[in-house]
Amino acid sequence: MSILKEEFPVEAMDFVTAGEASAQIKRLLKKLGVDAGVIRRLSIACYEAEINLVIHSDGGKLVLEVDSNEVTLISEDVGPGIPDIDLAMTEGYSTASEDVRMMGFGAGMGLANMARNADRFDISSKVGEGTTIKMYFSL
Amino acid sequence: MSAKSFLHSVRLDKGKCVGCTGCLKRCPTEAIRIRKGRATIIDELCVDCGECIRVCQQHAKIAVTDPLSSINRFKYKIALPAPTLYGQFKKLDDISGISRGLMRMGFNDVFDVSRGADIASRAIMEKLKSPTCPRPLISSACPSVIRLIQVRFPELLDNIVDVRSPMEIAATMARKEFCEKHGVRPEEVGCFFITPCASKATAIRRPLGHEKSSVDGAISIIEIYGLLSSQLRRGQMGLPEKEQDPSHVGTALGIGWARSGGESLAIEEDEALAVDGIENVSKVLEEIENDRLPDLKYFEGLACEGGCVGGPIVFENVYIARNRIRKLVVGLPKERISESVALDEVTGLGEDVFFDRPIEPIAAMKLDDDFSEALKKMDRIEEVRKMLPGLDCGSCGSPTCQALAEDIVRGYAKELDCLLLLKQRVSEMAKQMVEISELTRE
Repeated sequence: MSILKEEFPVEAMDFVTAGEASAQIKRLLKKLGVDAGVIRRLSIACYEAEINLVIHSDGGKLVLEVDSNEVTLISEDVGPGIPDIDLAMTEGYSTASEDVRMMGFGAGMGLANMARNADRFDISSKVGEGTTIKMYFSL
Repeated sequence: MSAKSFLHSVRLDKGKCVGCTGCLKRCPTEAIRIRKGRATIIDELCVDCGECIRVCQQHAKIAVTDPLSSINRFKYKIALPAPTLYGQFKKLDDISGISRGLMRMGFNDVFDVSRGADIASRAIMEKLKSPTCPRPLISSACPSVIRLIQVRFPELLDNIVDVRSPMEIAATMARKEFCEKHGVRPEEVGCFFITPCASKATAIRRPLGHEKSSVDGAISIIEIYGLLSSQLRRGQMGLPEKEQDPSHVGTALGIGWARSGGESLAIEEDEALAVDGIENVSKVLEEIENDRLPDLKYFEGLACEGGCVGGPIVFENVYIARNRIRKLVVGLPKERISESVALDEVTGLGEDVFFDRPIEPIAAMKLDDDFSEALKKMDRIEEVRKMLPGLDCGSCGSPTCQALAEDIVRGYAKELDCLLLLKQRVSEMAKQMVEISELTRE
């Protein structure tokens, strides 16, 4: 069975390139002919993940894996980690700085939004090391 | 040409094309390739935005519209001027001058498309009131933007408001009124849009969201410009009094649709966003796709910078034309659409105001119908792309190295179309020749 795997590095606090990885991933999935509804949900989740990497991590990457049954999107970073995942998943809870909020990000909807749009959602984090989020979208 | 094969009105004049990369690099959907020294257009990808018409130094890109003489197919001819037309002329104290000019050119009546815009505005306002309508609703006015969504943003197709364009609504109203007034049959009446763009010509042949167009042809503003200006110079003389009525003109807000932001203003929605220029529209559609604009209720996207006044087949510079429309609108009575257009006027037109079918996606980006085959091709594209120099020079005839990699895998191009790879291969061969000649020297 064919499997496609691609990595997209994301730099911390780089607002010049923020959103480019998501745009590339979307383009790729459209070329594969993935269902429009799945692309819509994945776009939202993917963009949230990318912006989280930019504003909260010390740098990381998005990994896209596609096979005939499923699209998997993994966000891996090196960074502060999340001490209380349940709290971080609460809508409206945010640790984003005032600067970042002024730019229209960090409203505290990110993780909840990702979980809502993915068919399955896994998150693991170690304080002081980093966070890994896995999102699965059935085809 | 049959309706099915008619996908776009932007065409190439082969005799004029020199095969440069001007249009290749500017096409927002990467629909152009240079093959055998001439530009070719990939039918499914072309959205008729007209960027290539603007950029081509050789004037080899043309818009196929109907000649003025085509109106003679009908016993009675009605002109439907796009409000953009009013921005084309220097001294324009009142719109009726244009109507008179058009009638001298052979039309029996003139029906202003701004009246269609008034009705469309009212219909859209009603749609926005529904709590179940998608957010944001996307304007259906610009056919190039609709086709961009069909090709690149199919998941946003359901957001397009299912109200027909002002042009279509105007044609329906014009024909109905003319037939009632003069007691003639509908098929004896031809409605001709005076168009600033090629995109509308395509939308008449292949309507978006409904089966049949009420419009019978599209005549470009640039084609009639000369003739109409000389009619305007003649003034009111020589025309019977009864034909001097400024006929069928819409409200200031309806005319304002010619400029970017005009539609948003007309529909009285604060949470509306107007974007013009096809690249800008693409970028904001990406934002909508990412759900970055959750408060947005209405999106007005126009392919041409400045809006319809910036169309590729008009005479006047976009900024000058836009300013004239602004001045014209300022001088007209100020009335809101919700006060000047009664809901009865919309409902009175019945189903002809709304779509009767969904707009289907165009799967032109898809690599293969079979998913695992598409995955394999994607892998292969990545391999090929790594071999290519990444200069995006366009010499191969594809707009970027990534596009060439895809063209190769799709079977439309060869690796040695890349001049740098060819150069590399030639120098390797030369080296081998030298080696052989040295080895075989006696």
